[in-house]
Amino acid sequence: MNKQEFLDQLRRGLHGLPQEDIEERLTFYSEMIDDRMEEGLSEPEAVAEIGDVREIISQIQADTPLTKIVKEKIKPKSSTKPWVVALLILGFPLWLPILIAVIAIVLSVYIVVWSVIISLWTAFVSLFAGALAGVASAVYYAICGMGLAAMSTLAIGLLSAGLAIFMFFVCLAATRGVIWITKKFVLGIKHMLIGKETV
Amino acid sequence: MDIQLKRGLLDVSVLAAIKDGESYGYKIIKDMKPYLELSESTLYTILKRLETAGMLTVRSAEHDGRLRKYYRITDSGLRRIEEFKEDWKEILSIYRFVVKEEENE
Repeated sequence: MNKQEFLDQLRRGLHGLPQEDIEERLTFYSEMIDDRMEEGLSEPEAVAEIGDVREIISQIQADTPLTKIVKEKIKPKSSTKPWVVALLILGFPLWLPILIAVIAIVLSVYIVVWSVIISLWTAFVSLFAGALAGVASAVYYAICGMGLAAMSTLAIGLLSAGLAIFMFFVCLAATRGVIWITKKFVLGIKHMLIGKETV
Repeated sequence: MDIQLKRGLLDVSVLAAIKDGESYGYKIIKDMKPYLELSESTLYTILKRLETAGMLTVRSAEHDGRLRKYYRITDSGLRRIEEFKEDWKEILSIYRFVVKEEENE
């Protein structure tokens, strides 16, 4: 790939980001390629050293804050016709509640997901408490000379301890899973706004 | 490594790369190469962050018929390096303590 192809692909891939950001990135990579060529590398070699364009594009997209992309998206373009503006203003009572509703739904789904996580952890805590209580009462019964009761509460305590350990790993995995999904979701929104890479 | 810690370390290494005089992107990467590999995208993000924080200044100058960006460290950037050295002394002493505990076990 030569330098121009690299820069063209990069420009296409960054479509949706603020124009000045794109220009700055392109200047930066262009300088990097030129400096490598000045050292004696051929153009394709210099471009190859910079790395895979698609990887660079996804890293830049991940690094760009969501707010910046949204701002760029809603920034009025010069091509916005007056009637579109008028329609937006007149339609305000209609689209604002819908927008609020959509945001509320997304937010509540997110809260529900986290509630599941919280209840999982709660289950873990109660199992753990059960284990402690079981062992403690077993000791108490043993001191009082109630052998059978001591044995059974000890068994229940140990069972709770076992379940608690199992539960701990379930909770950990679930929490990590939700964090991972959140990251994917944010990335998904970014892609939705700026369009999938066109490279 | 903890992401916040790594970010801080990378910031200081880039500041160290321009500490003795202004430098440009490719030279920074080359100077750091024996110590750590830095990708262009990562360097860009770091330079941007340091510029916003006022720890370096940027100027474009002509070189060989094209423009090249030069980065110069500011006083606040130099202070950041000194702070880092101080912090690191403390971390090193904690590290020595941790390792010593392990040896005694």
